[in-house]
Amino acid sequence: MLAMNYRGPQRVRVSHKPMPEIKHPEDAIVRVTRSCICGSDLHLYNGNVPDTRVGMTFGHEFIGIVEEIGSEVHKVKVGDHVLVPFNIACGKCHFCRQGLYGNCHESNTQATAVGGIFGYSHTAGGYDGGQAEFVRVPYANVGPTVIPPDMDPDDAVMLTDVVPTGYQAAEMGGIQPGDTVVVFGAGPVGIMAARCCWLFGAGRVIVLDQYEYRLEFVRNYANCEVYNFKEMDDPVVFIKKITDWMGADVVIDAVGAEAAGSALQTITGRKTLLQAGSATALHWAINSVKKGGIVSIVGVYGPTDNLVPIGNVVNKGLTLRANQASVKRLLPRLIEHVQNGILNPKALITHRIPLEEAADAYRMFSSKLDNCIKPVLIPPSARM
Amino acid sequence: METKTNDLPAIAQNYSHIKGWGIDADPKNDPTYPIKHRTNDEQTGYSWERPTQQPVDVEVLRSIERPTISAVFGTSTPPSGLSGAIRRYAFKYSESEYGHWLPLLLADRVNMVEGIIDDFRRGHVPNIFAERGWKAEWKHDPQGLTKKVLIGTAVTVVVFMLLRRKR
Ligand SMILES: NC(=O)c1ccc[n+]([C@@H]2O[C@H](COP(=O)([O-])OP(=O)(O)OC[C@H]3O[C@@H](n4cnc5c(N)ncnc54)[C@H](O)[C@@H]3O)[C@@H](O)[C@H]2O)c1
Ligand SMILES: [Zn+2]
Ligand SMILES: [Zn+2]
Repeated sequence: MLAMNYRGPQRVRVSHKPMPEIKHPEDAIVRVTRSCICGSDLHLYNGNVPDTRVGMTFGHEFIGIVEEIGSEVHKVKVGDHVLVPFNIACGKCHFCRQGLYGNCHESNTQATAVGGIFGYSHTAGGYDGGQAEFVRVPYANVGPTVIPPDMDPDDAVMLTDVVPTGYQAAEMGGIQPGDTVVVFGAGPVGIMAARCCWLFGAGRVIVLDQYEYRLEFVRNYANCEVYNFKEMDDPVVFIKKITDWMGADVVIDAVGAEAAGSALQTITGRKTLLQAGSATALHWAINSVKKGGIVSIVGVYGPTDNLVPIGNVVNKGLTLRANQASVKRLLPRLIEHVQNGILNPKALITHRIPLEEAADAYRMFSSKLDNCIKPVLIPPSARM
Repeated sequence: METKTNDLPAIAQNYSHIKGWGIDADPKNDPTYPIKHRTNDEQTGYSWERPTQQPVDVEVLRSIERPTISAVFGTSTPPSGLSGAIRRYAFKYSESEYGHWLPLLLADRVNMVEGIIDDFRRGHVPNIFAERGWKAEWKHDPQGLTKKVLIGTAVTVVVFMLLRRKR
């Protein structure tokens, strides 16, 4: 089968790989119909996630048709078109039972600080991902969800990560009616987070990014205020100014380790890996939130340390909330929102690219070329 | 899932020797709700009924912060060669140690070189330009790509000249 194949920092190609096999009675094999590239893939692409092995296939946002099932699979059957949450979750462990499906303890041997994730290095379990024609899906009774017949597959693929992550970013903000929320980052996750803040009753939603085309998009898509941080001397002072010198009630970090905006952070975090990615957005978030406020972090950072003003977290009495999105927990509600037209996630998809051209797709998304917001890879069998 | 509260009176007897134990307990005061649902077995430890174990037929490196191999695991690209040896060494240390993560990053770079050697061994010359997606970059940002190539060439020339001068 064809599969994306990682060769080293910023080098990927598509090559032939053996078909995945059932390895466990709760496994399913899925023939992929769509798979996205995500901001999280860029951390792998840039070589910033430890234990990213050459030859691995990335891809944690995918949907597809069930081709084969293991002997203990009863929730899905061959032929079902399913959307597959990006977290691999057993549904039985301590954490899954608390609804923490992003923190499962039975899906990742290599690290305890993160659950299993499809196509996300050995630090997240060593699973080949969905940027391929076929993929092995463990715990098929837990994650995979049959796509409702009236749902557009483009909406379905966005429900595997972007929608739940954006929604959870807002949910973790503990937004009270009328609150002012600042969202750092206008990538797919930040755009969705900004949109979802209104669902929790925000009074004002403000988004910062460096790309005009993304700011323009989110302004229209999420009806929010937008500002370009490249045009500011100091984004923290700017936010103080526009919030009556108080700071925002809630700030969301939807940027993570690839953040721009501070030379020191970029050199130490992205160029030399002296810290686990550049923490510019998180730094700004902590410093621009109101005292007693909440910082909600969905931006992804590496497993070591980051330079953030933790002293200010103490002195300002902040609450930090963060996690990998718990996709399964949120899916029922979010499927409803999509079906009722409250959320329209497919509008974020700007590029549909044949799987064979994955290397170009990575470049376009990584360098933000051609006004790219969300690229989707489509395998040959799904293009016929 | 319903949020339940821990059964305070039931455990209170264990602490009857501690004056004031639990008098202000408020299990509803949980800032992690609704992200995390309390289940009433928060203190029961590693006690769930584990899923069937996937047969271990490839080498799986295990974090020393857990006692077992997870019930399922990925089988992509098992450790091999020099990078594999470095990865095995890294797994002697916990996720809390630089001794774990720095060798893993080193192994990733070594692995990249192994990948190139492996390509040549199979008679495949990797097309680095295609792999870096320069076609897309040329199409959508020819100026940026030109700048990148010029800077790259200049740096290479300077490094080359410096190296020669030293000899
Ligand atoms: N927690 C989760 O479950 C989860 C799930 C998906 C993605 N993520 C993470 O969310 C983040 C965003 O993902 P994405 O797909 O939207 O990525 P993306 O690369 O498309 O978007 C990131 C955006 O942040 C902007 N940015 C850079 N520095 C900034 C700064 N200092 N302030 C404000 N904006 C800045 C960039 O210009 C870009 O538009 C990534 O870190 C990704 O790993 C987390
Ligand atoms: Zn993702
Ligand atoms: Zn679990």
